[in-house]
Amino acid sequence: MRVALFITCFNDTLYPETGKAVVRLLERLGHTVEFPADQTCCGQMHFNTGYRPEATPLARRFAEVFAGYDAVVSPSASCTGMVRDSHELLTGSRPPQVYELSEFLVDVLGVTDVGAYFPHRVTYHPTCHSLRMLRVGDRPLRLLRAVKGIDLVELPAADSCCGFGGTFALKNAGTSAAMLADKADCVLRTGAEVLSAADNSCLMHIGGGLSRIRSGVRTLHLAEILAATEGDAR
Amino acid sequence: MTTGTGDGLVWLDTPAFPEAARTALADTQLRGNLRRATGTIRDKRLAVTGELADWEQLRAAGAALKRRTLRHLDCYLVELEESVTRAGGTVHWAADADQANRIVTELVRAAGADEVVKVKSMATQEIGLNEALAEAGIAAYETDLAELIVQLGGDRPSHILVPAIHRNRGEIQGIFRREMAAWGRPAPEGLTDEPRALAEAARLHLREKFLRARVAVSGANFAIAGTGTVGVVESEGNGRMCLTLPQTLITVMGIEKVLPAWSDLEVFLQLLPRSSTGERMNPYTSTWTGRTPGDGPQDFHLVLLDNGRTATLADTVGRQALACIRCSACLNVCPVYERTGGHAYGSVYPGPIGAVLTPQLAGVDKAPSLPFASTLCGACYDACPVKINIPEVLAHLRAEVVESKRRSHRAPTPEALVMRAAAAALATPRRLSAAQRSARLGSHLLARKGRIGRLPGPLRAWSDSRDSPQPPAETFHAWWRRTHPGETRSGESR
Repeated sequence: MRVALFITCFNDTLYPETGKAVVRLLERLGHTVEFPADQTCCGQMHFNTGYRPEATPLARRFAEVFAGYDAVVSPSASCTGMVRDSHELLTGSRPPQVYELSEFLVDVLGVTDVGAYFPHRVTYHPTCHSLRMLRVGDRPLRLLRAVKGIDLVELPAADSCCGFGGTFALKNAGTSAAMLADKADCVLRTGAEVLSAADNSCLMHIGGGLSRIRSGVRTLHLAEILAATEGDAR
Repeated sequence: MTTGTGDGLVWLDTPAFPEAARTALADTQLRGNLRRATGTIRDKRLAVTGELADWEQLRAAGAALKRRTLRHLDCYLVELEESVTRAGGTVHWAADADQANRIVTELVRAAGADEVVKVKSMATQEIGLNEALAEAGIAAYETDLAELIVQLGGDRPSHILVPAIHRNRGEIQGIFRREMAAWGRPAPEGLTDEPRALAEAARLHLREKFLRARVAVSGANFAIAGTGTVGVVESEGNGRMCLTLPQTLITVMGIEKVLPAWSDLEVFLQLLPRSSTGERMNPYTSTWTGRTPGDGPQDFHLVLLDNGRTATLADTVGRQALACIRCSACLNVCPVYERTGGHAYGSVYPGPIGAVLTPQLAGVDKAPSLPFASTLCGACYDACPVKINIPEVLAHLRAEVVESKRRSHRAPTPEALVMRAAAAALATPRRLSAAQRSARLGSHLLARKGRIGRLPGPLRAWSDSRDSPQPPAETFHAWWRRTHPGETRSGESR
């Protein structure tokens, strides 16, 4: 099976560690990952902000770059959702088969115990696009429950949006901040040291709020927890 | 006087959503009222939809029925007109709010009345009927409890189903004590804030209006093309009073409310109460077919309202918004609505459905901020009993807003310039890498201990509430190139 990694422009720039974790994890599970170097962006920000003519060449480029792979795996639920739900509207043809990481692990590779070790108190925010666009359900939680040493605690009002919403956070900053305050409050009520999710964009928003109030809670992408082993000192 | 799109559809005195929302967000009383109220209705809805094994099939049936009816709307409307006429009613066609208001005003005058009692109705709110009647010297009395609270308070509705959701009982007590006397029977001496006492005060106040009224104005939840039967679904019995006591009944109904057959109600009378009030069944379902000699109103008029609906129907993506049955489940689950309340949307149609309906009925230029008043979280789509894909329509309308600005502005907006620059930077990995390099250099000037705090200019909106991470020294692309020289595959170079 030829598997390509779609890192996403956002992770490429701000969260390369998440991408390295995906590579480490999949290799540990015995798979070779390819990284098509011509990839850039899925066009989600442009599409969701109403700039379709700008999004279209990005969607076309995506289809060209990832053509020929059996599967594309991405550590972003919202970018995966963008490709799956909206690329055909822009390009007129079916996009390459893209899986969000937890879908790929559980549905394609058929594993839930990936041999990870992460001895920390963790709570998980199921991002809106993973929950309601991709319908990943409890796949991420099944993967996390199988992690050795983890103390996984349930997040209250987990399915409520954190208020990020891409350019929403800028256009409707006040409302976004109000939603963020409630999400941060729920996270703090869990007593978790680490907040995880399938999207670094939501984590940057929630984590930025948690950092501003000096909460001491850190954010970590699902991939980085699943890639952690007893050899790591995280 | 009303404008072409009606007083209620777009409130001209309300600023764009972000600004109106700021005011609402600062109102701690409002925030508390909304959190409690939406939370309660949300839980009730989940309980009564969860108990039906075939809820998903019901939703699918509702969605299919609405979409089929909208596809053949022209035929069903003509059939409805024939059926209503055959049953002794009179059908009027109104292209817009002005026309509808004129028709109703003339009908009230023809009945020799200077006041009407009203059943809660979104269509008449949309066209600003009360204001138009007042201009003509006709008093319109709202008889739904929440609409009464809104009317007495000189207020505006903030929710489709519970228009006074932004008020708590203490505020209602104050409004009743202060205002009831000016409208009719005053509030009882020593009125408390007990819900039962408040309901009793409203009942006494309204009773004299029901008994006196010669004309009632209603909306409609549905009208059956095959039989000409019109129906109203309600909880308080005020509707039943209005629909049976007066001599003349005038119903204003959006053209999308027609259903083909009586049997279709099997689906919608299950979907609507469970989605809206979270009840298995609503207390009052009133249906009437034209005129029944010697029983109920002897003069029945049905005003069929377009007001932007035909234009909406022409949009293949946006038309699904016309399937809305006004249950307001989407409002109650919306994280944005829960924080801002309804007034920030500047329309009688607030919340997610309002954000897709208002810009379509009035034109996107009249409400350009509404399609952006959402995080696209999708909770509305999941809750919608007729499966309107609200996030899809929002994204579609955002594109229309942007296109419309492109057409009307000679110079691109600052946002368009940023978007264009971003698209150019993302066009190739080489350009992306150059942009990342300058972002990293910029961030070094701003970061302290790996954290970026408050930022100047347009990024203040972000940095006012959040710190930002400092971009790491090496992008993933760069790391891959360094660790996999000459390769696209992993595992081979190590």
